[in-house]
Amino acid sequence: MTDVATVHSLWTMAAGAEDKIPAPHIEYGQLSPTLIVLAAAVLGVLVEAFLPRRSRYYAQLMLTVVGLAAAFAAVIGLAAGGYGTEKAHIAAMGAIAVDGPALFLQGTILLVSLVAVFTFAERRLDPAAHGNRVDSFAAQAASVPGSESERAAVKAGFTTTEVFPIVLFAVAGMLVFPAANDLLTLFIALEVFSLPLYVLCALARRQRLLSQEAAVKYFLLGAFSSAFLLFGIALLYGYAGTVTYAGIADVVDGTVKTVDPALAGTMGNDALLLIGGAMVLMGLLFKVGAVPFHMWTPDVYQGAPTPVTGFMAAATKVAGFGALLRLLYVVLPGLRWDWRPVMWGVAIVTMLIGAIVAVTQTDVKRLLAYSSIAHAGFILAGVIAVTPDGVSSVLFYLAAYSFVTLGAFAVVTLVRDAGGEATALAKWAGLGRRSPLVAAVFAVFLLAFAGIPLTSGFAGKFAVFKAAAEGGAGALVVVGVLSSAIAAFFYIRVIVLMFFSEPTPEGPTVAVPSALTSTAIAAGVVVTIALGVAPQYFLDLAGQAGTFIR
Amino acid sequence: MNPVNYLYLAALLFTIGAAGVLIRRNAIVVFMCVELMLNACNLAFVAFSRLHGNLDGQIIAFFTMVVAAAEVVVGLAIIVTIFRSRHSASVDDASLLKL
Repeated sequence: MTDVATVHSLWTMAAGAEDKIPAPHIEYGQLSPTLIVLAAAVLGVLVEAFLPRRSRYYAQLMLTVVGLAAAFAAVIGLAAGGYGTEKAHIAAMGAIAVDGPALFLQGTILLVSLVAVFTFAERRLDPAAHGNRVDSFAAQAASVPGSESERAAVKAGFTTTEVFPIVLFAVAGMLVFPAANDLLTLFIALEVFSLPLYVLCALARRQRLLSQEAAVKYFLLGAFSSAFLLFGIALLYGYAGTVTYAGIADVVDGTVKTVDPALAGTMGNDALLLIGGAMVLMGLLFKVGAVPFHMWTPDVYQGAPTPVTGFMAAATKVAGFGALLRLLYVVLPGLRWDWRPVMWGVAIVTMLIGAIVAVTQTDVKRLLAYSSIAHAGFILAGVIAVTPDGVSSVLFYLAAYSFVTLGAFAVVTLVRDAGGEATALAKWAGLGRRSPLVAAVFAVFLLAFAGIPLTSGFAGKFAVFKAAAEGGAGALVVVGVLSSAIAAFFYIRVIVLMFFSEPTPEGPTVAVPSALTSTAIAAGVVVTIALGVAPQYFLDLAGQAGTFIR
Repeated sequence: MNPVNYLYLAALLFTIGAAGVLIRRNAIVVFMCVELMLNACNLAFVAFSRLHGNLDGQIIAFFTMVVAAAEVVVGLAIIVTIFRSRHSASVDDASLLKL
């Protein structure tokens, strides 16, 4: 017996008094916007599993709209409770920041997704198939396009109502992304919102080959870029010994109180910091579609179902720039002499390439994609300012831009011919004579993109360029104005094409949408005009929200 | 063994993965190369964790594994659907979306 005991004790030992593992302290109230959206998404999955097919659409739509609206109400509640200003702090054991920029961007993302969900749910644009109203999504995503199983699915009236919970998961990731206060949360949030988007891209009802191709490209490039982001995180962790933003910022600034001897070796290693920071920046710049990481944008925007494109173009940009701002302003302000020249270059190339290549485009969705690249450049000009005005101008620009984008893509879903949406620009000739209202609404969005006064685009651009000029980036402003002029050329060209050229006989028709898409477009127009005519209230709001917590 | 050597190995694996993504044509192989890059990140996290004597890096490695698994689910689903409709998983064949 004693022998056994000795042998046994070689690899075990008596259990001592267990150390208590303290439960993490989570401020559920302050995380409620994200939690509400996640709960709605989980419920949506259950609805998909247990409800009969015919009642799923209405149940999902209700659930999604209520979930997003409740989350928005929670954001408003938090902001009214002072969490955006004096009560701003870091929740969930340092993982999530609850502060002005986070709440402002979360509110924007929620409103944008709420409007985008209306375009997702639209069922009047496509002609009814076998007596069933259909939306823009495939009857059954798993069936091969043109196959027997697809025909059977269409005939049975299947619809992909899964898109609603998928969108909710994406929105939840986007809510966390600009609020993430450590690099691990940043990475997880990035994946949580990217993976649903990859799936959504592949679900188009019409032209599914294009849609699947867009999904593959987006997925492979997105996974590639997130691997870079992750390696950057690993290097920053190696540099600082922690992944919290404040911890890394302390090491960058050299204000750490007690230096661990194990850390001393890597802390002085600037190679880790510079390469790691650059790789994390690359991952974020990919998500916002800045040159030279923009190659996926036109293909994915063109191939994805148009409601998804609108959602992606608007909401991803808001979330991505939010995370970029927090990274640059909270983690790496001590490194700004290193990152500012790089970001200068990126901003200049982004503005110029976006505007110049857009001139040559012949497809409306690709045109809007390149215009979104140019706009990413304009927003970067505000990011570079490194002043409180820089932050608030970027916040304002994102809110203004996202509604214009959403509205513009919603209009694109209306112009259709026999093959679905008629996105070739040539087919849009004379649209203004055929349906003046739709063309006029699209013209408003194009003018807002171009930054014509009395639209939100002007107010946003003015704020961003003013902040950039005051932040000492005068040359950037000159390039920005120049590329705005180039961009204005092709926006105006589309307007001229719509109103002053003869309609072709076999041109597209404009579908009459249901109240859903009409609401989305109306919301886009109202926000565009409101932010353009009376921007001051919203600029003040963004100004109040412009301070990061650390 | 000096843990720094593991960092060199991680960097090497990451580079091999990145080169593979850029060079290989089969979408599945490209995807495998991305997974190799993620695993290189894991190795770097664990090596730094050992170097610093704190556990953050090891925890992050677990998160990365879960993310990689989720990515496999979505990625294979997308690649398999495109393979079934085109009978090819070559990323060069997927070229309908052009200017």
